[in-house]
Amino acid sequence: MLTSADLNPKGPISLAERQLLFDAFFIMMIVIVPVFVMAALFTWRYRGTNRKARYDPGFVYYWPVEILVWGAPAAIIVWLGFHLWDGTHKLDPYDPIDKSVEPLEVQVVAQDWKWLFIYPEQSIAVVNELVFPTGKPLSLKITSDTVMNSFVIPALGGQIYAMAGMQTKLHLLADENGEYWGRNVQYSGYGFADQQFHAISVSDEDFENWVQKAKDAGKMLDKEGYEALAKPSSKLPVTYYSSVTPGLFDSIIYKYTKGNAHGYAMQCTTPELAQASQASGGETGSRAE
Amino acid sequence: MDFFGRLTLDSLPFYSAIAASGAGVTVLGGLSVVALITYLGAWKALFGEWLSSLDHKKIGIMYVVVALVMLMRGFIDAAMMRSQQAVAFNSDGYLPPGHFDQIFSSHGTIMIFFMAMPFLSGIINFVMPQQIGSRDVAFPFMNAVSLWLTAAGAGLVLISLVIGKFSTAGWTGYPPYSGPEFTPGVGVDYWLWAVLISGIGSTMSGINFLVTILKRRAPGMTMFRLPLFTWTVFVAAILMIFAFPALTVACVMLALDRTLDFHFFTNAGGGNMMNYINLFWLWGHPEVYILILPAFGVFSEVVAVFSQKRLFGYISLVLATMAIGILSFTVWLHHFFTMGSSETVNSFFGIMTTIIAVPTGVKVFDWLLTMFRGRLIFKPPMLFTIGFLVTFVIGGLSGVLLAMPPVDYLMHNTTFLIAHFHNMIIPGVLFGYLAGYMFWFPKAFGFKLNEWWGTASFWCWIIGFYLAFMPLYVLGLMGMPRRMEHYDIAAWQPHLIVAAIGAFIIFLGIVCLGVQLWVSVRDRRSALDVSGDPWNGRSLEWLTASPPAPYNFAVLPKVEAIDAFWDMKARGVAYVQPKEYEPITMPKNTLIPLLVGGTAFVFGFAMVWWIWWLAVATLAFIGGLVIFRSFDDDPDFTMPASTVQAIEDRRYEQLAKHPANEMADEPGYAGDPSPDPLPEGAR
Repeated sequence: MLTSADLNPKGPISLAERQLLFDAFFIMMIVIVPVFVMAALFTWRYRGTNRKARYDPGFVYYWPVEILVWGAPAAIIVWLGFHLWDGTHKLDPYDPIDKSVEPLEVQVVAQDWKWLFIYPEQSIAVVNELVFPTGKPLSLKITSDTVMNSFVIPALGGQIYAMAGMQTKLHLLADENGEYWGRNVQYSGYGFADQQFHAISVSDEDFENWVQKAKDAGKMLDKEGYEALAKPSSKLPVTYYSSVTPGLFDSIIYKYTKGNAHGYAMQCTTPELAQASQASGGETGSRAE
Repeated sequence: MDFFGRLTLDSLPFYSAIAASGAGVTVLGGLSVVALITYLGAWKALFGEWLSSLDHKKIGIMYVVVALVMLMRGFIDAAMMRSQQAVAFNSDGYLPPGHFDQIFSSHGTIMIFFMAMPFLSGIINFVMPQQIGSRDVAFPFMNAVSLWLTAAGAGLVLISLVIGKFSTAGWTGYPPYSGPEFTPGVGVDYWLWAVLISGIGSTMSGINFLVTILKRRAPGMTMFRLPLFTWTVFVAAILMIFAFPALTVACVMLALDRTLDFHFFTNAGGGNMMNYINLFWLWGHPEVYILILPAFGVFSEVVAVFSQKRLFGYISLVLATMAIGILSFTVWLHHFFTMGSSETVNSFFGIMTTIIAVPTGVKVFDWLLTMFRGRLIFKPPMLFTIGFLVTFVIGGLSGVLLAMPPVDYLMHNTTFLIAHFHNMIIPGVLFGYLAGYMFWFPKAFGFKLNEWWGTASFWCWIIGFYLAFMPLYVLGLMGMPRRMEHYDIAAWQPHLIVAAIGAFIIFLGIVCLGVQLWVSVRDRRSALDVSGDPWNGRSLEWLTASPPAPYNFAVLPKVEAIDAFWDMKARGVAYVQPKEYEPITMPKNTLIPLLVGGTAFVFGFAMVWWIWWLAVATLAFIGGLVIFRSFDDDPDFTMPASTVQAIEDRRYEQLAKHPANEMADEPGYAGDPSPDPLPEGAR
């Protein structure tokens, strides 16, 4: 419990999510505690054998009490509602954490039963390991090349679904160097239990070294290589790719949406278009639905 | 095309020892029931008086039998999951993933569709018509068809243990995983057709209950004199009628994807899995309230009777029930806040969800205030009610936490969610039904259930519940996902071992239920309910004999107040025998509903295995049966007044022998309202 990932946040997103959990928990105690007290007290005091307790079978309606039992929960819900609205807007996973800072962009693909991380700027890719600099916002674009998955790193925050033919977004930030675990939490078949990855936040320098290590791997992730990788496999070791075919991520989404006149192809009508739009820093599309 | 579709000898479960033993237990269980009936020579009585019955009371009892059998099956699944997870740290445990997945899928499917739903329909069927002073439900024939369609669905789930495999897609069957591309086998089809067939039964039940409450109330039983249980059934029935079609549509579309290569929910070809997920929860969330509202109704009846006081805040409770019913349709998206919908959409559904906590909170306080200045008698149903009140608010708390989208981002799909909904459904739904079972059992069979074993069962259930599910809250906070066949985080294991111990204590609670039934049947002569009013009851079902005559009420009661029976006792008119009786018309027994259900079972089996000729033939046969029935111009029989007179004379003779209320010896007894001395010949 003390080592719990959710209760020991390592970044501002998970910290804020946890704070909302605590706030809601404590405000709810205003109604929860009286229930415990009343249940214990009434059960004891009005036990049938206690002839000293007042018995009043006519006590079946009393308007001040009615106002209280409707009013008190309603007041709490109003308070909660404001915090919920505020928290949900502040912690929208699609919103960049700090618009003034250029985030590290990583494209995430859920496969059976592993995670592929593509770093478009660095033009590298890696399986089952997500490395990023501490203190730099992480901008994840997520899709699936199989059934629906759900991506989460409990120490940093999350989670968001990964769906084929669609792209979801998640922004995270780590405050300190460390190694955390992340995984798919949406059941996806036989290899589900082992579908996890290391999320490692490191110093800028170590990040550069890590990128170099990947670049030295000498393995290329092209179309054929990708198709081989995407086949179902379990407990794959961390694998580095020194280069990636440009537009691979968009083509993974696109292959499910082609021939679909309207639909989600809106997100990136063609790989070229998507790339162009990315280059100009624009939004590549609407939210996955 | 093969004559037997894709059914071959390889479908028998000899590929694994565990699967084979599961099949063995199922087959042996079926055979021993057949042997027992033969040994008792009960075949004729079984078919003549029970399986062909259109009597709402017998149908209700049969529903509960189905529910209790499926409770055991569903619990075995739960026990297997808990024991697997207790040992599966850095180990594969004893269940391979393909088997573990079937077990969590069948556990959820069985507990919701084939335990909770039949239990619910059973209690409603047995109690509600009597509470409103009616002789039957509005459509007795359709009622029996509903029962047998539910049983057909349950049968499909059971037979999947023996022939083929069950779904691995969870009880929610999310595509695209449940689509033909990723799970081409028969498992998902078993799940689909079981859910579809029983779902049609549930829709018809909803129609039946609603029309019964609207049209079959006794004279003077206005809506605002209805007992609270009936009110909750009224709202639940409306929810059934509106919600179940969404499930049916979602399942039919998925079936089209699976069998005819449609693309509603596929990854490619224009499909979108989120359409299924929206439709599923458009049913799924109201379904939670379909299950829990009638349980709230049971608690309302029990808390008033055993506090020996009228229910506090009746109008508030009715309004709260209706509010919950309406709100239940406005929250479905909270099951998938993580799909990437906008912050405003998530906020809306989050806020609607927290609003449901208000009427639910009102109910909890009104039940507590019913106990306030009451005189409590701690019979097992009352124990379950108090246990519910305390435990349920914890589930309410975790529910409100999960309703905050940012909190849900962290907690979704973890065991925190599992702990939350078990915390709603075990104390909220199951405790309610078990309380109802023990509360109305004497009405159904004429003798009371053993209280010692009932109390023991309660303590096992509640202690087992806390041990089994509080660790899952902790594990959820530690990030443990649901549905993990094995794991490599050592810190999880101690909690999972505690949870397994909790499951074992719940098992003892189920054993206590069995022993209670056995002991009570054995000692029934010492616990007879002769007056029909074993608890000093308040609503009309306690006016009838225990067990009630086929017509329930020889003369329909005239209702003049809330707590109609209590009011009749107070006015001294509850036990006044009328001078003369009239003949009573009731539906004849018929085997057609059983045939419809049995044929639907074969139809489902044919659809699962792609035996198309059989599917067409069975569907045509069902159509033929319905048409055949529609030509029956004489489906009723009339019991002559003399027979009614004879039955009623016997009842009044018996009443006269037992002048005191059956609760009179209870230490906390506060008296029944009958004015003394009683009218001549009243008891």
